[in-house]
Amino acid sequence: MTSLAGNWVQIHNIVLRPDQRPETLPAETRAVPLELRVKGWQITGRAEIGQEVRIRTVLGREQTGTLIAVNPEYGHDFGRAIPELLAAGDELVAMMRDTPKEG
Amino acid sequence: MTKTDYASVMARKGDIMLSSLGIDYAPFMAHPAMFDYEALMGLVPYDIDQVRQVQSRAGVGSTALIELRQITRLARKLAPKGKGARIFVKDEAANPSGSYKARRAALSLHHAEHAGFKGVVTATSGNYGAAVASQAARRNLACVVVQEVYDSHGIGQPEILEKGRACEIYGAEVAQLSVGPELFYSFLRVLEDTGYFNASLYTPFAIAGVEPLGFEIVEQMRDATGTTPDVVICTHAGGGNLTGTARGLRKAGADHTQIIGASVDLTGLHMASDTDFNRKHFTTGHTGFGIPFAGWPDRTDVPRNAARVLRYMDRYLLLKQGEVFYMTEALARLEGLERGPAGNISLAAAFALSQEMDADQTIVVQETEYAGAGKQPSAQLDFARRRGIDILRGDSESEIPGQNVIIPDDPRRIRVRDVDMTKLRRSLVKKVVAMSEPGTCGDDLVSFLAEETQMPRADVAALI
Repeated sequence: MTSLAGNWVQIHNIVLRPDQRPETLPAETRAVPLELRVKGWQITGRAEIGQEVRIRTVLGREQTGTLIAVNPEYGHDFGRAIPELLAAGDELVAMMRDTPKEG
Repeated sequence: MTKTDYASVMARKGDIMLSSLGIDYAPFMAHPAMFDYEALMGLVPYDIDQVRQVQSRAGVGSTALIELRQITRLARKLAPKGKGARIFVKDEAANPSGSYKARRAALSLHHAEHAGFKGVVTATSGNYGAAVASQAARRNLACVVVQEVYDSHGIGQPEILEKGRACEIYGAEVAQLSVGPELFYSFLRVLEDTGYFNASLYTPFAIAGVEPLGFEIVEQMRDATGTTPDVVICTHAGGGNLTGTARGLRKAGADHTQIIGASVDLTGLHMASDTDFNRKHFTTGHTGFGIPFAGWPDRTDVPRNAARVLRYMDRYLLLKQGEVFYMTEALARLEGLERGPAGNISLAAAFALSQEMDADQTIVVQETEYAGAGKQPSAQLDFARRRGIDILRGDSESEIPGQNVIIPDDPRRIRVRDVDMTKLRRSLVKKVVAMSEPGTCGDDLVSFLAEETQMPRADVAALI
């Protein structure tokens, strides 16, 4: 996918390689790099996903990194209803229906 | 050229912190641990009325206090006759950025603006990011938020993705990091690059900003019940929520109100683990922050932490994740309030505690937070289920963080579990003594530690 200057994009950088991370970390964390993702307006004229690009963040700060997405989805959502919780809610409502209201 | 490798930046952290705070901490650093806490808080040059004015101008505070009549009725139905304290909740979700954190951001950024900073930086994966971004937007200040969001597979915690989105809406630059405590290194680099203010959660301003929350509770409870509340419960993580609220309660004259902290129990999950990261369903208000910060506050991005819960906390209660999701459902179904999960940790504690208290007593749950995509129980539990966590009905006691979430099969399952406060207090005293030069453990240190832990002087002296 080709991305052009002026697109709202997301870049990726390795902040610390595994060998640069503190020894005090749990092994599973130290086995992987510390990664950074930032979004901004693409400055580089033309680039493919995976190529290095320069961006200008919303604050006007210029940063360089690997282009990983053009206008990425936020992606998080409400999930699905949780039947176990719905059932709990129904039980609570039923319980209260049988309880006299106070003054 | 200034070196930007990990060791070089960390070596400069003291200087970076000092130049980015606009606060002179030198008078508080003469001793390795002991300092004048009230003098530190005294660096905030406003009384509580002035703090309230600053917040009011920023659209913050004066939130509603809502009596939870149905949840109280339910507690009374389950409790022995004559028991079942009235439960109230302070609806902090009504603040501009959807949580009480707006109070902390409002005063911190007021200070930053007056100190001449052009922008602010904050390291947080919580509601505080949106609060700082929102308050920065109102003041035309630039804002960078540094967050821990993704595991090494690039999978983002839904709640933190939502908090990042909120920061972007308010115009902040969001640095989204993968798991690791070296977030602090990235944060220091942004501070150095920009020269912006460190909008830490732990400055005197960030704590004084919470005081009006406690103050308002007393005013509103006096209106509603004619007197001060018997108990105020604060969801506890880093300590600022409880510390600031407690100070506000005292300033309003609530000297006999019991102050209780509540955290969700994530025992067994490692906070710096790439694999545990997406196996927890609460991103704040949990024991991963609550226990270490209670026992040792000076582990933050400021030289001296103004959030010191052992000075104020009378009891510390733990809840299970499933219990809090259950009470979030109860709040929606019985009270018609859809609010985010973390604030409901103290609601779950209040529900259990109410059943042990007399019916003419009162409990205030001191915050709610906004609900939204990523934050809802449906978002968190659906994400959990897809990652192999079992969601079951049953006995809360059988919940194992990282393996299952047990939604109680009966409201009687929800109960209070006390953290051993004596152990926390003693461990703090021992640590301070170990840090002090031999022969310097005199009366001053005994007094400091007695205030720091609310222990009698004689008990502190015996430990020394």
